[in-house]
Amino acid sequence: MFGRLTVEAFKHDFVAMGGALTMVLVAFGIVAALTYYKKWGWLWREWLTTTDHKKIGKMYLYASIVMLLKGVADAGMLRAQQALASGAGNGYLSSEHFQQIFSAHGTTMIFFVAMGLMFALINFVLPLQIGARDVAFPFMNAVSFWLFVAGALLVNTSLVIGEFGAAGWLAYPPLSELAYSPGPGIDYWLWSIQIAGIGSLLSGINFTTTILKLRAKGMTMMKMPVFVWSVLGSMLLVIATFPILTATLLMLSLDRLAGMHFFTSAFGGDPMMYINLIWAWGHPEVYILILPAFGIFSEVVATFSRKRLFGYTSMVWAIGVITVLSFTVWLHHFFTMGAGGNVNAVFGIMTMIISVPTGVKVFNWLFTMYKGRISRMTPMLWFMGFLLSFTIGGVTGVLMAVPAIDFQVHNSLFLVAHFHNMVIGGVVFGYFCGLIYWFPKVFGYKLNEKLGRYAYWFWILGFFFAFAPLYVLGIMGATRRLDHYDASMGWQQLFIVAAGGVGLILVGVLLQVLQVVVSIVNRRKNLDKTGDAWGGRTLEWSIPSPAPIYNFAVLPVVKSRDDFWRMKEEGTTVKPKYEDILVPKNSGKSFVIGAAAFMFAFGLIWHMWWLACLTAVVAIVVLTVRLSDDETEYVITAKEVERIEKSRRPHAA
Amino acid sequence: MQHKIHDAQKNSLGFWIYLMSDCMLFATLFAAFAVLRNNTFGDVSLGSLVNGGYVLTQTILLLFSSYTASVAVSNIVTGSLKKVIFWLSATMALGISFLVMEINEFTQLVHEGHGWQANAAMSSFFTLVGTHGLHIAVGLIWAGTLVWLANRRGLAKVENKLKLFSMYWHFLDVVWICIFTVVYLRGLMS
Repeated sequence: MFGRLTVEAFKHDFVAMGGALTMVLVAFGIVAALTYYKKWGWLWREWLTTTDHKKIGKMYLYASIVMLLKGVADAGMLRAQQALASGAGNGYLSSEHFQQIFSAHGTTMIFFVAMGLMFALINFVLPLQIGARDVAFPFMNAVSFWLFVAGALLVNTSLVIGEFGAAGWLAYPPLSELAYSPGPGIDYWLWSIQIAGIGSLLSGINFTTTILKLRAKGMTMMKMPVFVWSVLGSMLLVIATFPILTATLLMLSLDRLAGMHFFTSAFGGDPMMYINLIWAWGHPEVYILILPAFGIFSEVVATFSRKRLFGYTSMVWAIGVITVLSFTVWLHHFFTMGAGGNVNAVFGIMTMIISVPTGVKVFNWLFTMYKGRISRMTPMLWFMGFLLSFTIGGVTGVLMAVPAIDFQVHNSLFLVAHFHNMVIGGVVFGYFCGLIYWFPKVFGYKLNEKLGRYAYWFWILGFFFAFAPLYVLGIMGATRRLDHYDASMGWQQLFIVAAGGVGLILVGVLLQVLQVVVSIVNRRKNLDKTGDAWGGRTLEWSIPSPAPIYNFAVLPVVKSRDDFWRMKEEGTTVKPKYEDILVPKNSGKSFVIGAAAFMFAFGLIWHMWWLACLTAVVAIVVLTVRLSDDETEYVITAKEVERIEKSRRPHAA
Repeated sequence: MQHKIHDAQKNSLGFWIYLMSDCMLFATLFAAFAVLRNNTFGDVSLGSLVNGGYVLTQTILLLFSSYTASVAVSNIVTGSLKKVIFWLSATMALGISFLVMEINEFTQLVHEGHGWQANAAMSSFFTLVGTHGLHIAVGLIWAGTLVWLANRRGLAKVENKLKLFSMYWHFLDVVWICIFTVVYLRGLMS
């Protein structure tokens, strides 16, 4: 009945128990609050069944923030252990638990924070920027989201029931094979990512179709905002690479569940094939994350410099070139595999070449700022922090692109410092920047500027304190995943500085939480009444904030790039002619599919075959019923649209 | 009405993109097979297990089912519900025969001790061919649903769905041609 799930799965050591209890208490608290305030019906009608891209975006945001807090807590635990566990000191974590936290930190941050924030932003902004009323497939959008949640929940469930994988965030075999990791931890890792990954793939199809088919009249490809271009590049990469991830994870699962031998160390299996396949997905993945951040900066820098973006065409080409080249560099993650000098040289050179279009972008932003009327609001601060961090990360990246140098620092903390420079300094700063910038469009009021500044300074200072020492440690020979090291190495002081840096980042995060709370309390002071909070240039600022359910009462006709700027310059006001608008109906089926996916994975992880079979059938039946349904939209009449518009724009004629 | 035409274009583009991503999934499995096909760990080679005539029969069944699927689609224009359902059912019958033959082949291999656990080459063989078989099974459920829907709601309502199904079915045919060549023919020749 319960497969291999026994009481043992609920027993944890002292520290892990703390994590488990936190999870249970949070879950219990949410359930209790919903019941007490009688909000279950509201939750179901307004949120769980929604197909509105703006609401789905909000849910992505909330889920990602929860996972961000968890991921930051993981990071703090790791660095605290490393600051303590030198020589005679053993720290407070067991070796096994340290490795689990280590694996969970990477998995959480990439799949459930970075990807989640990215999809939140795309959902918020993309349809508005291209003048569309929704995404191409609203129901599929909801399914993507619920698969994402199912994956995130699996990671969190592992805190309470059983354990998480201890083989790193990419679970290299043969360590991740049944012979060396017999517990359910790797299975949790596998299925959480598998399910979330399928959700991402569906999103990729959805947003690509949206961009190609739903643009407003007159918006040719070369009139699209750069953010839209960056999302197109990113989503094309999703479509091309997430199937590789799906297949690779499938093979590892088959090794573990069906006794196959893809990556085992015996019976002809080939562990190095896994490393190749996972990075054939993994390297494009970092560009999937960074491209939208580039798009955000392009919008923000232009808006806050009061100038149109410098070098639009070169920006678009740079995105295209990065999209293609990102497929040609994966081997630089394992120069030490022994593929031979020539192979390493090719991948090393390709890696250096890909930094050229990235450099083009940096110069374009700088030239946009040149002679601009720059206002130094928080989004611009994050951009400045990004420039500094990303340049350092870029330089160390090119350094490691030289195979001979890479042999020295492979798998060391030098590498860890490099990619945190890129992923925090690039991706996370970019998404923070975008969230502050588009916050008024999504929620209707601006975030508190002062607390935002404080948070930024704690983040950026903490960031350099946390990661600059790692470059030094890496050169001194410290490798990743150390839960203990000899006192004679002389590393402890640097580890303590790094831990202090994480402490500063933690303060930054708390200030961000405070910023949101204060902004909500004081929202009446910061209301965005015009819909154009920053003096924006693109279409999303032409509609009220927050956007009405149908986005655009009258579909815009685009004549130039930065079309909203043109409208403002020309000052054209046409009396709007309202029409009936079709809006997608709510549907609980996406939620059911997500829930079934969660139970399906849970069944496979714990070898409860009946549960896996049952939920698979449920998912297929629900999906078939939904796809057979033709009545998925309802009409908002022209009269109703007019009423909503008049109430939302009291000052307009 | 404009709206509906727009929907059809949107769905067809989205489905094409899905097919391309599925292509990548199969490409990954083909790559794995190419790497592992000789890693038999001392067992007999894959080629010695192939029954040429049997696989050729499977191939003909599947190719013919692609033909019947297109006839079903081309009969939408004539508006003959009966014909569409007849050809769609023929497609299903051929698909089911193909699948039964595949399952039979798999069972035999397992019984003779050449199951997916035997060695890496067999693992990659079963996964590649099995994933294609799974796609066929999904296609059969889809076709069955379409027959049912066409009966209940009439041709006009299923027209676009039917076109998407036929795209899917042809795509699986193309994948099978690759499997036939890379897995079976190449195995026979070595």
